[in-house]
Amino acid sequence: MNDRDKSTSPRTVPIKSSNFSDATNAEIRRAAATGIYDIRGGGAKRVVPHFDDLLFLGASISRYPLEGYRETCETNLTLGTRFAKKPIHLDIPITIAGMSFGALSGVAKEALGRGATEAGTSTTTGDGGMTEEERRHSRTLIYQYLPSRYGMNPDDLRRCDAIEVVVGQGAKPGGGGMLLGQKISDRVAEMRNLPKGIDQRSACRHPDWTGPDDLEIKILELREITDWEKPIYVKIGGARPYFDTTLAVKAGADVIVLDGMQGGTAATQNIFIEHVGQPTLACIRPAVQALEDLGLHREVQLIISGGIRHGADVAKALALGADAVSIGTAAMIALGDNDPRWEAEYNEMGTTAGAYDDWHEGMDPAGITTQNPKLTGRFDPVLGGRRLSNYLKVMALEAQTIARACGKSHVHNLEPEDLCALTVEASAMTQVPIAGTNWIPGKKTIK
Amino acid sequence: MRIFDLETESLRTLNKMLQAKVHDTNQAHWQIENPKGGHAIAVGLDAFIEVTVIGSAGYYCGGMNKKATINVQGSVGPGVAENMMSGKIVVEGDASQYAGATGNGGMLVIKGNASSRCGISMKGIDIVVHGNIGHMSAFMAQSGNLVVLGNVGDAFGDSLYEARLFVRGEVKSLGTDCIKKEMRPEHLAILQRLLEEAGANCRAEEFTRYGSARKLYNFNVDNASAY
Ligand SMILES: Cc1cc2nc3c(=O)[nH]c(=O)nc-3n(C[C@H](O)[C@H](O)[C@H](O)COP(=O)(O)O)c2cc1C
Repeated sequence: MNDRDKSTSPRTVPIKSSNFSDATNAEIRRAAATGIYDIRGGGAKRVVPHFDDLLFLGASISRYPLEGYRETCETNLTLGTRFAKKPIHLDIPITIAGMSFGALSGVAKEALGRGATEAGTSTTTGDGGMTEEERRHSRTLIYQYLPSRYGMNPDDLRRCDAIEVVVGQGAKPGGGGMLLGQKISDRVAEMRNLPKGIDQRSACRHPDWTGPDDLEIKILELREITDWEKPIYVKIGGARPYFDTTLAVKAGADVIVLDGMQGGTAATQNIFIEHVGQPTLACIRPAVQALEDLGLHREVQLIISGGIRHGADVAKALALGADAVSIGTAAMIALGDNDPRWEAEYNEMGTTAGAYDDWHEGMDPAGITTQNPKLTGRFDPVLGGRRLSNYLKVMALEAQTIARACGKSHVHNLEPEDLCALTVEASAMTQVPIAGTNWIPGKKTIK
Repeated sequence: MRIFDLETESLRTLNKMLQAKVHDTNQAHWQIENPKGGHAIAVGLDAFIEVTVIGSAGYYCGGMNKKATINVQGSVGPGVAENMMSGKIVVEGDASQYAGATGNGGMLVIKGNASSRCGISMKGIDIVVHGNIGHMSAFMAQSGNLVVLGNVGDAFGDSLYEARLFVRGEVKSLGTDCIKKEMRPEHLAILQRLLEEAGANCRAEEFTRYGSARKLYNFNVDNASAY
């Protein structure tokens, strides 16, 4: 080939590396320029096996369906039947997950309480303690007992309806928290007993117990302080669900809350959110197996969270053996988080609706993840509560629709046999056969 | 005075009786016998009562205490006075790990030694230890005062916030962001009062004050290795 040919002959088109993608390279440059890792809110953004990889079979000749809207399909449940004198009764198997006052505004917490109460379910405090707003507006309020113990006190412990000992979170199993100085208003600072404007670190381990034997004694203490009235939940991140469930039950938990890796967080390193923990889908069966091996499935209730979006996700989690699900991110979106109506303001911050996750900076135009009164003033807690309750009711109806189609008179009667899997991975994780086969990876084929 | 024997009556009965608010007015005095290292003894109290434990207690003795005065005539296990709100707890013997963890108020006095992580995440409690304390004590301590008449183990005051630390003896090593600080008259006054309240027979001038260098308060990449 001579020089003249070179200019006219076809050339290899520029190909960008899938490994070093634009986003990856931009992050390398950002780290190089600032020396700070990326902190953000929300859950994993990458694709991992999820409920979408399962389908319901529906009814046919071998199973007959229930008449929609005519034949009842119950959604109610009771939590904390094992030891507590006052178990929790909920109308729907969808609860609001713990989200801290500090991360969220007081009005957003109030809206969560209003919405949950209207829909007949519970809401949960978070790192930073219990606020008056949420207690007043929540019929059933779960009080988190966290490593930081910010705002922890025996009076709130006694006026809650259940206690949730937080061992871990799906977004960051093994990690603590950080509330950056920008969000530390006077009220947040006072509740946490720290100076205003400094970064508040939340420890990753409890200060006064380690391991299952200590946890058992800690639970005894909490029960003794609260007259054995309150159900004790133990919340774990999706790390080793079989063993963690077993140990939490051994330590005396009434309810296990299991949060998979897609679960949201207020603020954590991006790398932690995306690379630590097991997908929600992979966590459910091992936890259910642990409960079955202990002979306590349904006696100790299992709440699943991490990426729950609609009634089908709810129904699938229940079919795999959960008693209820919990939502964080979806509840925030129902309240108005990341709503396109704030697009101009998102753009000003260099982001767009649906991608806004710098919640730790406290600039949320929707007034949800901020303590700035100018912004929180935009948020109407009554309307927010109404929107949340609508959304919760829709989810419950959707789960009922599926359950009826599978011939179930209670959503809890959904079972793995109602499902098939679309991928080998989902099949292996859930022990549900691949669609069109009776094959589960690693299992002998049954006829 | 009411004597309560844990050998013949249950922990549940004990705590239920102690937690009943009727004692608010009559300043009742309770004596608990045969604790035998039992856990969660006298937890969640909320009245101006006096409780004396004859013997040693296990985990979380006096946990979340409010108002009550508890005296343990023996030693205690981990987490004595954890998250205490107010009142006073005096341990005549030694204390295990996490003494006074996350305490919000009131006073904890250990006449003997305390183990590791004494005063961890303390949030306003005053702790006076007559003997020595172990490693990682006052880790992430937020506020309140920790007074040690004896010596202190490794990594003292690591990741400290605004708690004040006073030590009479030696400190084996300081944790990240904890430094020696000047003892000013207001500190001497606070310390002298605490020593008197804790029945410690020494002078505030014999102590050294430690506190936070406040370098970890806002994230800075040059301190990354310290986080
Ligand atoms: C803004 C926000 C704040 C949170 N704060 C807490 C908290 O204080 N304590 C906790 O245990 N989990 C916290 N979480 C995690 C949730 O409780 C829950 O595990 C998670 O949101 C469930 O996943 P989902 O967001 O996909 O529904 C938080 C989540 C979000 C989105």
